[in-house]
Amino acid sequence: MKSLNLELAWRFVLGRKRAMTMSLLGIVLGISFFVITQAQTSGFEAFFIRTILGTNGAIRISDRFQDMHGTVRSSSKDGRTKFLFNSREGARYTEGIENPVLLRNALDHFPQISGISEILQGNAVLSGTSRSQTVEVHGIDPSEHMMVSDLENQIVQGQLNTFDLQPKSVLLGNRIAQRLLLQVGERITLQGGTGNIQLRIAGIFETGVSQIDKSRVYIHLPIARAFLGKRFSGSIFQLSMFNPKKAPEISAQIQETTSHRVISWQEREQVWLDVFKALRISSAITVSSILLLSGLGIFNVFAIMVIEKTRDIAILRSMGFKPSDASAVFLWQGGIVLTVGIILGTIVGILATYTISKIPLRIRGIFSTDSFMVNWDIAHYAWAILISIVFVSIASLIPARRAAKIEPAKIIRETL
Amino acid sequence: MNDRVLQKPLIQATNLFHSFSEGEETVHALRGISLEAHAGEVTAVVGPSGCGKSTLLYLLGLLDRPDHGEIHLEGESVAQASDQRRTFLRNQKLGFVFQFHFLIKELTVCENVALPLRKAGVPLKTATKRATEVLCKLGLEDKCKRFANKLSGGEQQRVAIARALVHSPALLVADEPTGNLDSTNSEKVFELLLKFALGEKIAVILVTHNPELAQKCNRILRMKDGQMIKN
Ligand SMILES: Nc1ncnc2c1ncn2[C@@H]1O[C@H](COP(=O)(O)OP(=O)(O)OP(=O)(O)O)[C@@H](O)[C@H]1O
Ligand SMILES: [Mg+2]
Repeated sequence: MKSLNLELAWRFVLGRKRAMTMSLLGIVLGISFFVITQAQTSGFEAFFIRTILGTNGAIRISDRFQDMHGTVRSSSKDGRTKFLFNSREGARYTEGIENPVLLRNALDHFPQISGISEILQGNAVLSGTSRSQTVEVHGIDPSEHMMVSDLENQIVQGQLNTFDLQPKSVLLGNRIAQRLLLQVGERITLQGGTGNIQLRIAGIFETGVSQIDKSRVYIHLPIARAFLGKRFSGSIFQLSMFNPKKAPEISAQIQETTSHRVISWQEREQVWLDVFKALRISSAITVSSILLLSGLGIFNVFAIMVIEKTRDIAILRSMGFKPSDASAVFLWQGGIVLTVGIILGTIVGILATYTISKIPLRIRGIFSTDSFMVNWDIAHYAWAILISIVFVSIASLIPARRAAKIEPAKIIRETL
Repeated sequence: MNDRVLQKPLIQATNLFHSFSEGEETVHALRGISLEAHAGEVTAVVGPSGCGKSTLLYLLGLLDRPDHGEIHLEGESVAQASDQRRTFLRNQKLGFVFQFHFLIKELTVCENVALPLRKAGVPLKTATKRATEVLCKLGLEDKCKRFANKLSGGEQQRVAIARALVHSPALLVADEPTGNLDSTNSEKVFELLLKFALGEKIAVILVTHNPELAQKCNRILRMKDGQMIKN
């Protein structure tokens, strides 16, 4: 019984090839565009997140003072930095981590943390053979830092291993190397508060985040302590996590238990994450309008069709089709167009997304890529399909209901 | 005549009233019509235009409901039966032919004819076989696979008759079945209709404006102003 309605629907669809093809095209375009734009925006977003996690880690533990005053630093004669002051709330703040060993012990209670790297930051002037510039010195333990960052893969020249083995070596951001015309193996001088040190360039890295690539250098932590004159404290921790999504909760817990200022990557990069989110939502809304328009198109086609088919419905009713059969014939037509549209739209979406991922595109600034980034996510397809189902259902429901209301006697009487 | 009296009528209408309201005015199309028809009997309803012939046929065909009066189909009271029941009865017991053929142009001739059977749940193969048989009897065997809109007017009307008879209904209701055809075609189609209906023991109630055709029927009912005139 059901299949008879479907059969009629199928014949009616085939009888209107042009109108149905246009409706179909709308759905195919809507779904594929939706998928493509979502794949791109979320692809770039995911890549950005990977970049920032690989560069600055999931969680950073520092102190409030250092963050509020940026690069302002001062050290006392004994090397122990002690900035003590009372904030408005009456809490006491110390620059940097007070006791790294104690803090490491405290962090043992957080099994979600997959790595800890202690970093000592400070400013210095880096001089090459001819030119010099101000750089941000990061003192790290190379093997420790590898656990919390993607440094290994960010090396574009030289070897991380060389850096690891030679305490008196340095890793440079690629923009610094470009600007000062420096090569791996050459010597540079760092000038800081406590004097000069000579280091050999072990490698050049590129994170893709231009702010970092043009200012950051990595040296060994003990060298940094001596050079920056902070023997025991003043460092920060960079943490990696097994599940970076949980960073905000864990950050809050760490802050609570350790009384240190803890910032998750979500908080740190909120501006960019908001930009990506806005982009993703606005493109979803824009592209949904294609589906809305195709829904309106289908509504139009079906509304006209119900009028054209009034006689057919009247005679079907006279031979025992129920009002619900009459609407089923139209709902099935919507279902046919929708099903074909979803299948084609998904295929076109997959092919187009794949093609787009091969388009060359050079981006530097917030991350580094040489082609379009796409993210393959079944949720994009699910959303596109859901939206098209909603629109097409509404579009066919109204004409279908009208078809059910056709009174056979009235139509037959009016048809001569 | 004796046969008629002894036999139980297939359909029996008693004191039917039907009116249409057009704005302020009310048109009384039927004013107390009673009739009965028996299986294998062809009844012609004749009368001037606007006397209520079509209105009567739609009531007997369960397409519309009377304001007053009762209709019994095979003894079952159907005038006020549920929509569902009436829809079912239309599928099982009734066949319709109208002045316009009402064929579905997206379907082939055979598919059009098979529709009532398919709706009744008869499998595609059986329904197609039966439809082809009926089309053969109406001289349309070579047109089965054609689409309905690719036929002549006479052919289309014969297809419509095939569709009305394919499921061997108890009652065939025909409103000017040859109204759109020229006299030769008209006669041919009419002959086929009568032959087939009598062969299958189907009761036929038809409206015609053609007195010659009316004469060929078993009996003639004359109407005027929504009422029957005694012969
Ligand atoms: N939908 C309607 N609204 C108002 N009046 C109607 C309607 N349908 C029919 N009528 C009126 O009811 C009366 C009977 O109409 P009906 O169609 O039954 O006549 P008929 O005998 O079949 O005429 P014809 O031989 O011309 O087909 C006519 O006066 C007609 O004007
Ligand atoms: Mg009439």
